[in-house]
Amino acid sequence: MLFGIAWDTSSGWAFAVSILPILLIGMWVTIQATVLGFFIALAVGLVWAALKAAPLKIISWPAAVVTEFLRDTPLLIQLFFLYYVLPEFGITLPAFMTGALALGLQYSAYTSEVYRAGIEAVAKGQHEAARALNLSGGRTFTHIILPQAIPRIVPAMGNYLVSIMKDVPLLSVVTVLEMLNVARIIGDRTFNYLVPLSMVGALYLIMTLVASAGVRLLDNWLPKQGIPLK
Amino acid sequence: MDWTQYLTPLTLGAWVTIELTIYSTVFGALLAFAAGIGKLAHNPLIRAISIGYIEIFRGTSLLVQLFWLYFALPVAGQAIGIDLRLPPVAAGVLALSLNIGAYGAEVVRGAIQSVSKDQYEAARALNFTPRKTLWRVALPQAIPEMMPPFGNLAIQNLKDTALVSLISLSDLAFRAEQLRNFTQDSTTIYTLALLMYFGLALILTAMMKLLERFVGRWRAGAR
Repeated sequence: MLFGIAWDTSSGWAFAVSILPILLIGMWVTIQATVLGFFIALAVGLVWAALKAAPLKIISWPAAVVTEFLRDTPLLIQLFFLYYVLPEFGITLPAFMTGALALGLQYSAYTSEVYRAGIEAVAKGQHEAARALNLSGGRTFTHIILPQAIPRIVPAMGNYLVSIMKDVPLLSVVTVLEMLNVARIIGDRTFNYLVPLSMVGALYLIMTLVASAGVRLLDNWLPKQGIPLK
Repeated sequence: MDWTQYLTPLTLGAWVTIELTIYSTVFGALLAFAAGIGKLAHNPLIRAISIGYIEIFRGTSLLVQLFWLYFALPVAGQAIGIDLRLPPVAAGVLALSLNIGAYGAEVVRGAIQSVSKDQYEAARALNFTPRKTLWRVALPQAIPEMMPPFGNLAIQNLKDTALVSLISLSDLAFRAEQLRNFTQDSTTIYTLALLMYFGLALILTAMMKLLERFVGRWRAGAR
């Protein structure tokens, strides 16, 4: 019994059907962690991208080193680091928040590159035209560059959303009850790992297929020339 | 405890991490070529197997795959009367290679498809067999194109080896966790572990760059 739902071990199929609602509760946690981690990655990645684009080397260089470090070290260790080290500095977050933060930080290094590439892909003529029309730097960025960069950014960001989803099971090591952790607990108590773990695999396939299809739909729906932000 | 005393156990762990990375990158590369070429095969059975493998291992989480091989496979083996209990090393290397191989397969497929059509037409005009076209014309030009994404996958693989600590393999992540349990000195230990992983990643990046330069000679027109 888990989350007040009992399982039925009389046969393989009955077992699978009885634990499905328990796994779906875990799946909901997985989805929440994915979405929160993704938004942290989008926000922090934008900050890194802006810092790395700074004209002053003293700003851009440390930002480049930090993102390289975040990208090249394992999420698992980053997660442990945040989980055990932050409390030593008086910051105590719930395990779920620590996990989402770790996911967001690791992927912010990746998203910052996507922002950079997306902004650089906007043709140079656009900058020159904006200058010729005497638009200010801020207006050029928000009204000319960003609307054209967003359609280029969306597919790559979608891939990272799916990647984050696949990294959420790591949060189980800091006691977050996401789908894989739930399946393991069921396995520990029933000595049957095959059914719950196979179901988690199948549910993951469904989740990633749905997420990829959603990203493709969004990508097709976005106007390729750019989005008017007004 | 002084931080220098952590170095010996962490270095022992780092060595296991290095071995795991090498094994799984090499096996993963073999799987990537097999499945990537298989996805382009004319035989529908080979194509279906390749696509099934790639989609399953790209569509699920590595940790799920690792736990499935380590915890669920023995149960499945029991049901059909075969002993499928894998030692942690085998389960770890298998899960890592299968996972990175599926990602690599898409790289291999993309690179082979990016070889210009003229090359295939010229090979046909010269009466090359399909096998000879693949080995002598397509692959030598495709491999240099694969190197930058392969470099990223190798780093990905190095980072992913940390997950095997969860099935009790004593790699760098496992040793760090063990030391933290003994000493509670989380800040120093995890900082050291992160720096060691970063150092390994930099070395691996440099090695992949060397390999990239080596295979760059195969590019059409490069002499």
